[in-house]
Amino acid sequence: MRKLQLFSAHGGLETDDLRRKGHPSLVEGIAFALLRLSMLLVIAAIFFIFFDIFSKGIGIISWEFITAMPRRGMTEGGIWPAVLGTVYITLITAAASVPVGVFAAIYLNEYARKNIFTRIIRLSIRNLAGVPSIVYGLFGVALFVRALELGTSLLSAGLTLGLLTLPVTITASEEALKAVPDSFREGALALGATKWQAIRTNVIPSALPGIITGMILGISRAAGETAPILFTGAAFYLASLPSSLSSRFMALPYHLFIMSTQHHSIEKVRPIAYGTALVLIGLVVTMNMSAIILRAHYRKKMRG
Amino acid sequence: MLIPSLALWGVLEESSAVEFCLREPYPALFPHVLKQKGGLFLNRKLETAIAYFFTLNGAFVIFILVGIFALLLSSSFAAWQDVGFISFLTDRVWNPSGFVASHFGIFTKIVGTLMVTAGAMLFAVPLGIATAAYLAEVASSWEREIVKPVIELLAAVPSVVLGFFGIVVFSPLLARIFNLPNGLNALNGSILLGLMSLPTIISIAEDALTAVPKEYKEASLALGATRWQTLSRVIIPAAGSGVTAAIMLGIGRSLGETMTVIMATGNALQFPSDFFSSVRTMTATIAIELGEVPADTTHYYSLFAIGFVLFSMTFLVSLLADIFLHRAGEVKKL
Amino acid sequence: METSSVIQVKKLNLYYGKFQALKDVNMEIGKQEVTALIGPSGCGKSTFLRTLNRLNDLIDSVQIEGDVSIDGNNIYDKSCDVVALRKKVGMVFQKPNPFPKTIYENVAYGPRVHGVKERKKLNAIVEKSLREAALWEEVKDDLSRSALRLSGGQQQRLCIARVLAVGPDVVLMDEPTSALDPIATQKIEDLIRELKEKFTIVIVTHNMQQAARVSDSTAFFLNGEVLEMGQTEIMFTRPLDQRTEDYITGKFG
Repeated sequence: MRKLQLFSAHGGLETDDLRRKGHPSLVEGIAFALLRLSMLLVIAAIFFIFFDIFSKGIGIISWEFITAMPRRGMTEGGIWPAVLGTVYITLITAAASVPVGVFAAIYLNEYARKNIFTRIIRLSIRNLAGVPSIVYGLFGVALFVRALELGTSLLSAGLTLGLLTLPVTITASEEALKAVPDSFREGALALGATKWQAIRTNVIPSALPGIITGMILGISRAAGETAPILFTGAAFYLASLPSSLSSRFMALPYHLFIMSTQHHSIEKVRPIAYGTALVLIGLVVTMNMSAIILRAHYRKKMRG
Repeated sequence: MLIPSLALWGVLEESSAVEFCLREPYPALFPHVLKQKGGLFLNRKLETAIAYFFTLNGAFVIFILVGIFALLLSSSFAAWQDVGFISFLTDRVWNPSGFVASHFGIFTKIVGTLMVTAGAMLFAVPLGIATAAYLAEVASSWEREIVKPVIELLAAVPSVVLGFFGIVVFSPLLARIFNLPNGLNALNGSILLGLMSLPTIISIAEDALTAVPKEYKEASLALGATRWQTLSRVIIPAAGSGVTAAIMLGIGRSLGETMTVIMATGNALQFPSDFFSSVRTMTATIAIELGEVPADTTHYYSLFAIGFVLFSMTFLVSLLADIFLHRAGEVKKL
Repeated sequence: METSSVIQVKKLNLYYGKFQALKDVNMEIGKQEVTALIGPSGCGKSTFLRTLNRLNDLIDSVQIEGDVSIDGNNIYDKSCDVVALRKKVGMVFQKPNPFPKTIYENVAYGPRVHGVKERKKLNAIVEKSLREAALWEEVKDDLSRSALRLSGGQQQRLCIARVLAVGPDVVLMDEPTSALDPIATQKIEDLIRELKEKFTIVIVTHNMQQAARVSDSTAFFLNGEVLEMGQTEIMFTRPLDQRTEDYITGKFG
């Protein structure tokens, strides 16, 4: 079949201006292949990392490993104190950041005018999100450990991590609140409810799944952080489990850090380090996954 | 007791600060109900108090930011009184407990930080934007379904785990390929930091690309352009601001990263000669030395001063990213 | 006015998934004439227009049966090069959509993409196209202005110039003036009358008066079928089908 010829009756393009017909398609083919290659490289890198940690860590994972205490200067035994410590610190972080975060989100979405004050708040949130975690650590040391004299403790570290996760919590809660249609609010007000009643009884309950999702994502990040807890309460070896808010504690990320950089017999504890890494990743990924599944589930529900 | 309380209520009600922070609740509906005196009098006070409470929570964020800034700045001043601002920034030697003289110059560390960040971006920006372009325009929907969660997975990996990976896998690998005594250097750090920034860059760039109005795409294709020509000449330029914002945020992430660089870059104090040298970043310095430094010494304050420099850098980058994201929102005006 | 046809459509059927949007459409479009497609909303006029430059290919769920031939070649044949097709058959959209680039860059985009690199040639093409689109006088002083700064009517003429720059034979227009004010609309209608000296134009319009003013032939679409087609004057004064008359006189649609 004859390919379409170009008319040049009115001189828009003349045939001799054009390259060989196949040229642009060839370029497109190569370009798209390169794009695909980039994506594959990224995916390959991710898989490589996960595979390595999984394969080398799985060998040492067992119920005993997770629940037993370490022995012989960490070269044997389990990592239970670190697991427990991470759980504790995560709970405290949640307690510190979720209420303030949700309330701040409520302010921004339900009460705030659109003026310079609000813009400054939002700007602050975005900037706080970008502050390096070690700077939060510095702040935590100066404020909680020293000025407020809370010392190196679960409380100091938890409050520090709470500050770190605050921007995430606020942003996620605000998204959840925004998703609640205005008709919910208007309906309640039209029935004579006060503003706070409307929010409490209508808006928050329907935004709750989104808020919880944001909370889980925030604290899963906190669980993996090391820098903020380095000097506010984490320790490598403690004889006993943390007994109160003012105890120091062990934590998985810190444990992994010391095991791989400063331990006196690094080679020997390498398998334990891998195991720790695997447990940590497992924990964080599980939390992330559940948050995402929860969000998808409630989105479907909302659409009815 | 009653009178001061009532006075306080009065203040709450009339305060113009409250007016400033709070908007009328959904004015269109029954405003007269809320202005009624009598039965609703106390309710209104309670409502105002509650509103005020929420406002405080909102303002809390500003307090934190200002607090961090103030703390860092005041400690920095204390340090600079002893060390001198210029010398702090330009001295190449960092030797707080030097025998002859103590040096508090962070120039080497600034270079270290910039090196690994630049290296990370060299690695992550092309890969990230290419991947984002692929996902936005070329990938089929099942490819997208699989790839996006995998990238989310990378975003979830804690920095200490990546640093660990850098030590156990990457370092021996680099050592073997390039014939080095060990693989703990700027290159190692750069690649890992690049990996860490990839999810940020990819997701924001992809958002920017898909936000480009499809009318542009249609017009370009209707003119006889190929999909690649449309992507490279129309869509990516139109998404320019958003893509730049993505890069800014990636940079911000790399600048502030601590654990990965401590574990992967070697932390040597000498001025690096190339990417195969060991470097020490600003973040690493703080993390390594804060534990041992006696409080309230020049050394102690200097670490805070480093924190201040870091804070300023990330603040600046955040601000720039904001500007670009704001501009990106304007592209949608079709 | 020549009456030889440049586009022949035979038994065209189009499905969006299960929904049939075009049913057994047969049509001949005359060379260097203006053909108007009228009919109520959602009756397939725009869909039909897009089959002529294969822009429907962008939608996954579309299935097409039948023949669309331009100058004797079936454009849905596997060997047809879509890129060349779209150089020959250009399209102007309902809402003006200039690229967020300068005026010059907008018009030069088409030729550039098709391989023209020499600055002088591009300048000549840009000027020629802007003149053909009756926009040159208004913008010639500063072609490096952003196209988005132009008024709606000017933007639409820019989009027309952009299409003309690639040298098409056929220009498809999908409700080109429905987003514009009356004065801008008039300018474009005047332009269409000039353009038909050189180009074949197919225009979808909601506006009956526009169709009557501007077109030589008209096709009336209802529910995906072409109910009636003929010379505009005749169709509007003595339509054959009762439904055509009802639509034209405003009884529905």
